[in-house]
This record gives sequence, structure tokens and C-alpha cells, in this order.
Amino acid sequence: MMLQLDNVTKVYKVGAFGGKTFAAVDGVSFDVRSGEVVSLIGESGSGKSTIGKMILGLTSVTAGSITVDGVPVKAAKEYYRHVQGVFQDPFSCYNPVFKADRVFQLIKESYYPQVSAAEWDGRVRSAIQDVRLDPGQVLGRYPHQLSGGQLQRLLIARALLLDIKLLVADEITSMLDASTRIDVLNLLAELKERGLGVLYVTHDLSLGNYLAERTVVLRNGTVVEMGLTDKVFGDPLHPYTRKLLAAVPRLNAPWEDAEPTDTCRYHAGGASGALFEADADHFVACARLDGCPR
Amino acid sequence: MSLRVSELRVYYRTLKGDVKALDDVSFTMRDGEILGLAGESGCGKTTLGKSLIRMDGRMRHMGGTVELDGRELPIGDDRRMNEFRFHEVSLIPQYSMSAMNPTRKIGKMVGELLGSRGVALDRAELESRLDLVELPRKVLDNYPIELSGGMKQRMVMVISTLLNPSLLIADEVTSALDVSTQKAVAKALIGFRDAGFVKSMIFVTHDLALTSHIADTIMVMYAGKLAEKAPAKVMVTAPRHPYTKLLINSLPEVGVRHADKKLSGIAGSPPSLLDPPAGCRFRARCPVAGDECGQEPPVVEVEPDHFVACWKA
Ligand SMILES: Nc1ncnc2c1ncn2[C@@H]1O[C@H](COP(=O)(O)OP(=O)(O)OP(=O)(O)O)[C@@H](O)[C@H]1O
Ligand SMILES: Nc1ncnc2c1ncn2[C@@H]1O[C@H](COP(=O)(O)OP(=O)(O)O)[C@@H](O)[C@H]1O
Ligand code: SF4
Ligand SMILES: [Mg+2]
Ligand SMILES: [Mg+2]
Repeated sequence: MMLQLDNVTKVYKVGAFGGKTFAAVDGVSFDVRSGEVVSLIGESGSGKSTIGKMILGLTSVTAGSITVDGVPVKAAKEYYRHVQGVFQDPFSCYNPVFKADRVFQLIKESYYPQVSAAEWDGRVRSAIQDVRLDPGQVLGRYPHQLSGGQLQRLLIARALLLDIKLLVADEITSMLDASTRIDVLNLLAELKERGLGVLYVTHDLSLGNYLAERTVVLRNGTVVEMGLTDKVFGDPLHPYTRKLLAAVPRLNAPWEDAEPTDTCRYHAGGASGALFEADADHFVACARLDGCPR
Repeated sequence: MSLRVSELRVYYRTLKGDVKALDDVSFTMRDGEILGLAGESGCGKTTLGKSLIRMDGRMRHMGGTVELDGRELPIGDDRRMNEFRFHEVSLIPQYSMSAMNPTRKIGKMVGELLGSRGVALDRAELESRLDLVELPRKVLDNYPIELSGGMKQRMVMVISTLLNPSLLIADEVTSALDVSTQKAVAKALIGFRDAGFVKSMIFVTHDLALTSHIADTIMVMYAGKLAEKAPAKVMVTAPRHPYTKLLINSLPEVGVRHADKKLSGIAGSPPSLLDPPAGCRFRARCPVAGDECGQEPPVVEVEPDHFVACWKA
């Protein structure tokens, strides 16, 4: 067991003077184990990135706890040695006036000042090869001379230079074309085979399904369904999961009709969203459907 | 015939030389047709869309013609194109969601925009189009920031088509949206065509699965050239160009798992368009390339409405 979220809540202050509050994440619990990819799925605004940011210590946790190997999140150097994030827009992580490989030098300066320049260069080259790039083609170039997919992979290489145990990947594939996207996904799968835990945040269900052992479906800040990906996608129980699956465009089949929703109002978050175990490692929140087993 | 593009060449002027982003592209579109335009990042999709409506300062029309409803579009002449923009050709640009004026209520902005084109706002017509894309009428009293991404995208669609242009170009309008919003936007686009608000449409996207649901015909470009064009169904079930085949094989369908079937991307990357290689531009990455591929393959109609540029198709 490594990443553990326990009843995590995030309340933002909104309104002109912060007079109102809004719960972007509400009582979320799940875990990510070593050597496993867990995908976090939901529509935009459902709270996926907020969860990622809390895990990375980029925003505070309002209530509940997040721990990695039992240690609470701490926005400190030692924590980031083991936990790193990669985000949707790779361009924003680079300073356009410096060469892209400066991101590696910064890691050396803060974590490995004692390592010799020659040895560091060797490590950088092997990390770049690990993400299946050719060091000769990418080193020494400016960000605008590299494609989005190359920049994205360099950021993963940067994370690999640290002794990471957990990678948070937030929508890293949504701006990439189909071919580059698969390369990046296969790379995440290799990382998991090397024992890393990966939290893969996406709104693309087929990509989540391709990669993840377990899936967490988030709606308005609460988990509506989660568990083994085979079960969540193979036998979706919550009408919201079914609605999302029906909307996925498939190459050779017509769009499925959306699930009728008039018989059911989903819980709009709140205490009633408690999960129950429908099957081994398959949890669903009661949607108050007719014939709902609860 | 709604649109006829013949031997179109559009280059970007740069310090290092011309970027040949559109290099001898020809195709036609029928009345009522939705054409899905797909291909890797950088292959020239946005350039094609922009060429048909407004070239930016660095673009140069190097040759070829564009005919819309039998009239030639003066695409290289920014001033003369004004007569056609919005009335005849309309574009929903990539990243247009953030392009609406944030300081104006939406209804007011639409009125001003039409006013600038010398057209009065028909409130009832506007409202019926909002109904069609399932936007509540009260959005007209909202500021753009108050709408979600998918709502903004549908609002931009309504605005761009208010004057019933003959051709609508929609550039990556669904890429940043989640699946349910994507579906709503896609259905709205089809609704616009069915209702006759636009005669024909070019739908630009990375997402072949989504295009196959919207488009009648799919055109795949590679490195500034047409690689393959075919009816949507044929394109996804029986592609003939090696590039299209690889592109389709790199799509994970729901149900495909890494553990069971490892998909692969296309090795290598597209050539630089500053100095593209002679012969077939896909040659360096093509698994079946042969000696003849040192010559440029012509576009051939292998079956009715199915065009391929490959010696081995
Ligand atoms: N202003 C510019 N100056 C020089 N080259 C440019 C300019 N804009 C685009 N290009 C080049 O023209 C080619 C085609 O670009 P275009 O924007 O049409 O690609 P696209 O197919 O729309 O890609 P994407 O899928 O990323 O939107 C690319 O090689 C690109 O680098
Ligand atoms: N800094 C912030 N202040 C106030 N609200 C925020 C802030 N960041 C995010 N939100 C809101 O929290 C919700 C969840 O956002 P986010 O986690 O970014 O969603 P997702 O990544 O699933 O699209 C959204 O309604 C968003 O508008
Ligand atoms: S012409 Fe030759 S190199 Fe080009 S796609 Fe066909 S087989 Fe491959
Ligand atoms: Mg997000
Ligand atoms: Mg583009």
C-alpha cells in the first residue's frame, strides 16, 4: 500500500470576498499500490486535478488525510524525491528562453550536487532513452523546437532521475495525437512494471481502460464507482458510469443511446454518497435507482 | 459541387525559408457533405482551414484555386475575401472557446457582431438555434466566463453560423471536452447541417473515432499533402494508405487492455516541411516502402470516391 487517500475534502473559497465556499472534492477515499496504474475519470470540473494537486502538495487538504507509505504529504524536497507530477500542457513547464534540458540541470543542483558532471550526463542520457527518445535529437534544443509529445516525455524522464515511487499524470495525453499518445501510455505501463505507482487522470475512458488495473469514477467531487477496471467498465453499475461509457465514440459501432435518467436523481454529493461493495473490489455509490440493492 | 480545391499551395515565410504546409492539395466536397480532416499534429490541417477564410500575415498563397458554389474565392486577397467571410465561409478556430469578449453579455455581443456586418438580430431565430444545441435561452444574459467549456463551444457554433454560411470549418472544437460534452457538440454540428444552416462542413480533429460518427467522408493528410480520402465507413474499415492503417491501429477502443494487446505508435516523426524529402513524404516511416517510393506517388481514385496517394495501395 503506498498512496492512501482517506476521506479527503477540499473546500475552495469563492465569490468576490471569499464569502462563499464550494466543495470541489468531498470525502474521497482510494489508494494506489506499487506497480499499479489507477485511472481517475470524470467530466471537467469533477475535481480530478484538485485531487492531483493535493497529492503533490500544491494545494492544501481541507479535511481528511493523504499519505504516501504512511507519511503525510509535505511540500518538501524529500517528499518530491519520491512523488512527482506531469501535467496536461507540457509547454508551461519550460521557460522558453532556456534550452529544454535545463530542467535536468535543476534536478541535479537541488538533489544531486555531489554527482560529477560526467556521471550526471550519463544518467540524463539513460533516462532519456528510457522514455524512448534519442538524446542526440532532443538535448541542446529549445522548447519551441520540440513537439508536445517530446516535451511531455522529457518531463517524465526528469521524474525518473529522482527515486520516484509515485507519478501523478494529469491529462497528459489529451493534447497529443493518436500515435504519440500510445507511446506515452506504453511508457507509463513500463513504469508500472518497474514497480512505480501511477495515478492517471483522464477524461478519455478508452485510454484509462487500456492502461489501468483499477479505476475511480468521480462526479461533482465524490466517487460514484470504483474498483477493478474490468468490473467498472465491464459491468458498470452506476448510471453515471454508464452514461459516460455510452458517450465514448467507437470506430465501428453507432453511438449508444444515453441511459435514461428520469427514473433517478443521482446524489449531488454529500453524505448519502457512501460506497458499498457490490462485488469483490467493485464499489458503487447508491444512485437511488428502482431496485437499487440498498 | 459545393467546394473545389485544386492544386492548392500555401507556404509560411520564415527566416530559414518556406515551410511548405500545404503542397499541391486537391479535393472536392458535395452539397451537404461533412468532411472529417485528420492527421498528425503539424500536418497542415489548421493551415488548410485558415487558407479558405483568412490567411495570417506569414502565409503566402503560392498557387492553386478554391471554388465555392462555382465562384472562385480570392483567398490570397485579404480585402476581397471580406465579402465572403461569415456570409459564405465561417470558421470556428482551434482554441476559440476563450476567444469571446469577456466584458460583454453574450446577447449584446451577438447583436454588435451582426451590426458590424450590417445585419439586424432576429431574436426568434437566435433562440430557436439555441434550442437546437440545447442551450438555455438565458445564456444570452450571461458573460462568457459563466459558461462551461462545452456551453461556450456550442455558443460559438451558433454565432459562427447565424448567417447560414455555405461552408463551415470547425477546427478541433471537441478536443478539450469530456466525452459527454463531445457527444453533445458533435450532434449539434450534425443538426446544423441537417437544418440547412450550413451547406457543408470541414470538421478538423485528431480523433478518428469521433470523426467517423460525424463525417460522411474522411480525409487524412500527411506532411502537407493528401494521403487518403474516402467515405467515412470505408476509411475506418478498409483503409488503403499505410499511414492511415497505422493511425487506425494506434487507437485503443474501449475494451482493449495493455495487458492483453499492446498497441504501438508510428515509429519516427514527420519530415520537416522546410525541406521535405523528395518522393513519398511518408517513406522514412513506411513499413512497406520500396524503390518506387523515391518518386512522388500520385493521388489515384482506386474506387469511386476513394482516393489514395501511395504506390502500393
Ligand atoms: N506561423 C508559422 N510559421 C512557420 N511555420 C508554421 C507557422 N504556423 C504553422 N507552421 C507550420 O506549418 C505546418 C502545419 O501547421 P498546422 O498548424 O496547419 O498543423 P495542424 O495539422 O493544424 O496541427 P495540430 O494538429 O497541432 O493543430 C507545421 O509544420 C507548422 O510547424
Ligand atoms: N483555485 C480555485 N478556486 C476556486 N475554485 C476552483 C479552484 N480550482 C478549481 N476550482 C473548482 O473546483 C472544481 C474542480 O476543479 P478541477 O479539480 O480542476 O476539476 P477537473 O480536473 O476534474 O476538471 C471546478 O468546479 C473548479 O472550477
Ligand atoms: S508510396 Fe511507398 S513509402 Fe509512400 S506510403 Fe506508399 S508504400 Fe509507403
Ligand atoms: Mg483538470
Ligand atoms: Mg491545428
